[in-house]
Amino acid sequence: MGTLPEPFAAWFARRGWTPRPHQIAVLEAAAAGASALLVAPTGGGKTLAGFLPSLVALAARPETGRGALHTLYVSPLKALAVDVARNLAAPVAEMGLPVRIETRTGDTPANRRARQRENPPDILLTTPESLALLLSLPEAGALFAGLGAVVVDEIHALAGTKRGDQLALGLSRLATLAPGARRIGLSATVAHPAPLRAFLSPTGRPEAVRLIEAAGGAAPEIAVMLPEGHLPWGGHMGLASAPGIYRRIREARVTIVFVNTRAQAELVFQALWRLNEDNLPIALHHGSLTVEQRRKVEAAMAAGRLRAVVATASLDLGIDWGDVDQVIQVGAPKGVARLLQRVGRANHRMEEPSRAVLVPANRFEVVECAAALEAVAAGELDGDPPRPGGLDVLAQHVLAMACHAPFRPDALYAEVTRAAPYAGLSRRDFDDVLRFVEDGGYALRGYARFRRLFRDAEGLVHVRDARVARQLRLNLGTIVETPMVKVRLRGGPVLGEVEEWFVSTLQPGDCFLFAGQLLRFEALDALTALVSRGGEGEPRVPAYAGSRMPLSTFLAARVRAILHDPARWGALPAPVREWLRLQQRRSALPEKDGLLVESFPRGGRWFLVAYCFEGRLAHQTLGMLVTRRMERLGYGPLGYLATDYVLAAWSAFEPTEVAPLFEEDILGEELEEWMAESSMLRRTFRNIATIAGLIEKHHPGQEKSGRQMTMNADLIYDVLRRHEPDHVLLRATRQEAAAGLTDVSRIALVLARARGRIRHLRLDRVSPLAVPALIEEGREWVAGGAEDALLAEAAALVGEATEGAELFAETLAEVTEGVRIRAGVVDRPRRGRRPPRRAPRGLAGA
Amino acid sequence: MIPAPLHLAGERLMLDPAGALAWPARRLLAVADLHLEKGSALARAGRPVPPYDTRETLLRLLPVLRRWRPARLVALGDSFHDAAGAARLAPGDAALLRRMLEGVETVWVLGNHDPAPPVGLPGEAAAEWAEGPVVFRHEARPGPVAGAEVSGHFHPKATMPTRCGGITRPCFLTDGRRLVLPAFGAYAGGLDIADPALARLFPRGGRAFLLGRERLFAMPAARRAATG
Repeated sequence: MGTLPEPFAAWFARRGWTPRPHQIAVLEAAAAGASALLVAPTGGGKTLAGFLPSLVALAARPETGRGALHTLYVSPLKALAVDVARNLAAPVAEMGLPVRIETRTGDTPANRRARQRENPPDILLTTPESLALLLSLPEAGALFAGLGAVVVDEIHALAGTKRGDQLALGLSRLATLAPGARRIGLSATVAHPAPLRAFLSPTGRPEAVRLIEAAGGAAPEIAVMLPEGHLPWGGHMGLASAPGIYRRIREARVTIVFVNTRAQAELVFQALWRLNEDNLPIALHHGSLTVEQRRKVEAAMAAGRLRAVVATASLDLGIDWGDVDQVIQVGAPKGVARLLQRVGRANHRMEEPSRAVLVPANRFEVVECAAALEAVAAGELDGDPPRPGGLDVLAQHVLAMACHAPFRPDALYAEVTRAAPYAGLSRRDFDDVLRFVEDGGYALRGYARFRRLFRDAEGLVHVRDARVARQLRLNLGTIVETPMVKVRLRGGPVLGEVEEWFVSTLQPGDCFLFAGQLLRFEALDALTALVSRGGEGEPRVPAYAGSRMPLSTFLAARVRAILHDPARWGALPAPVREWLRLQQRRSALPEKDGLLVESFPRGGRWFLVAYCFEGRLAHQTLGMLVTRRMERLGYGPLGYLATDYVLAAWSAFEPTEVAPLFEEDILGEELEEWMAESSMLRRTFRNIATIAGLIEKHHPGQEKSGRQMTMNADLIYDVLRRHEPDHVLLRATRQEAAAGLTDVSRIALVLARARGRIRHLRLDRVSPLAVPALIEEGREWVAGGAEDALLAEAAALVGEATEGAELFAETLAEVTEGVRIRAGVVDRPRRGRRPPRRAPRGLAGA
Repeated sequence: MIPAPLHLAGERLMLDPAGALAWPARRLLAVADLHLEKGSALARAGRPVPPYDTRETLLRLLPVLRRWRPARLVALGDSFHDAAGAARLAPGDAALLRRMLEGVETVWVLGNHDPAPPVGLPGEAAAEWAEGPVVFRHEARPGPVAGAEVSGHFHPKATMPTRCGGITRPCFLTDGRRLVLPAFGAYAGGLDIADPALARLFPRGGRAFLLGRERLFAMPAARRAATG
């Protein structure tokens, strides 16, 4: 085993540390010039390990070698980059190393960015987006020519995402600019390290990257806590457990309360403060709060001034809080790897066990928590196989590369395919993407005059002019924001942002919960929602489209196994056992073979619930197929919802014949055409068109009047689909949707199992097992004949009642307002009518 | 296809579910906001959106012309997305448009996007067009209407509440004297009828007719809120 050189050995010794084996292994890999993936649980000195080789090299560097960028560090979070810079500063100062460390993110002021280009630091810490921007600059070649190392932090959170695609392309470009630079990836414990090694690899193949695995820490201690009294049937908020959570906060030093959505964070935070008789400092942290507010919370946390923080995934990654001694996960964890990551936030010391408490919000989640604990005990993790890189991200990259310098298509293709996500990219797709970037790449070649790129006599591809480059830099990045509206206290500060559609559903006087406060909506002023404190009536909570994590199919399978087998119910608490027995009585338990389908009327529609247990993604596709068949049979399907356990569809008319809905031939029937109409495909296209630069990104505060009249992506989608269905952007849309919808073979399994073994129960009301599903979010809207039929019905109602008296709009809204189910829009179902002037009710009912 | 009759200033007009207005007694057809060549305008600005919008819009207009066989077509302004739009028409689209306009007296009412008459196309340009008691203009003029007024410009759309949530469609908006047509162009977005810019034209409320596949769907448009 190797040892540390001076002054590092002395510095470790002074602190009473011994270098860990994985830290030495990283040094050895670096000495051999090899890239390495370091997989270690939190608290393993991972970040220091990643930087040790660079610090050693920089310490030994002759004076003449200074003034060039040596190490580039990329993290998925700006805050993490800032935090790592701070943590590195200590050893560098204590050892007196001649090393300058700087960060560069979207928040870095322009003058410092300019200075960094002129006079780069030794170590630059940045994000994938800022790296993409740097690589698009003409001077990128000079800036990165001397690069010795790239450190990619939290690589497991990047690989497999569009940000990861962008980073992989950036790494490939860096390898062209600086062939000698080695790479180090830092990852939390994952089920399958091979795809991460490939992601990091300069060849796109895992063998080129050494795998260094740190010894696992102590096994975590995870308990499950149920609410006192009644165990809720549905919902994901977990508010019934607030008293128990509060008690545990009081008994611990510092607690992170993790929740799954921002809406849940608001509600849990509110519930805790209503109980907070001791005035414990409890804070709130989620992605929609202003940056300043989040930084304030993080600083208070780091300084030990907080007893608890209620957080979403915004605190999943990175930053070391030191003294956290307890993690409470409210709501089901949704994935084993994610659960362990969150649990690892407690007690950043490997040798001591992390303490965590799971707080299931409903009965299904109790079973899910039990399944997760089984998996943790068995040491099994979940993980998804890698998906191919997005063509929209590639389009952005191609334009960025042209902005950097003229390129040859052959060379760029070779470079791109060395990035693992694009290793399988066909030349046809590459050429189509290049043509798209040039002038849209349409079969109708009307845009030749408006090219963004041109080729010179030597075959080099150039960007047309500075305006194109400027447009690209404004549009860089793969995070597509939904239009947001700032929330400002009248005469006070901005509290954060909510999605625009949510504000559009508010009437002056309505109240809602945001940033931990009860707010009353007053008016919409340009792009700001003016609010005041207080308000009465039942508060609403802003929900955010697409913010919910899907349950891993791995965990879903375990849940299913428990449900099937009453002998395994022993591990479940009494109310859950009772619930399952009630289901047995009132309907039936899902059987191991066959398919249980229930139908019942509710709220003016017919519901159909199928217990397929093939995971949410498979159910999503199945939902499209089944509703299509319902349409043909004249049931007038209106929408459907896929949870991890069931598929629920609702229709205007009673689905009397269920067997034909699950016949295997539904897979053959114009599957694609039906999919193309779905809101999910439209949403996917919107994102792809934005990333590919076809439509403008929303820049906060930039757009103003006339925005409502700007063209939306749906119009483009319809026109393109009709006139050029094989266009590269539509191909990219279908490819991405297919990956999101999972393979058809899993659905085939459901259907094969169902053949001749469907047990259809017609109930007079919702069954016990169906309740949690019907409270789920994430409904898909079915566009079809039903939409016009609904309009006709509503119009007829209007006609009958008043012949146009304006009072009627309100009456109708009261009669008909139910679930808002528009593409990309998720609102919580509200029972009954608009909140009338009424005394405030318990927040738990919101 | 079931058009809906609408009486404006004593004249019987027909609302076509495709988004056009027909006046059978005068053999007149009006469409608003075609925004032809919006695609190429965006491409010129560095956003190469699919170039099929002009073709798509014309193919939507074609059956409407066949249905009503008008002697006069009034295009209510913003017929082209910009003043140079007509010059950018693809040869095939230009030929199709000319064929469609053969035998039809075309009036190009000028709009804010196309303040000059289209070059190389038949028809006459006008700031406004009066026909009997009805005046056709691009943008409605606030205040009381003498006779009747037909206009475009605002691209009205409305959301009708149904028992399964709101459904949004482009719509006609009228109060019996004033009529605002929906935008006809394939790439024309919409403005909600509750938006103050539109609502102030209908201080006493009105009716919206939402476009459907085969027919229109009527719903009341609320009286302008006091605070609006």
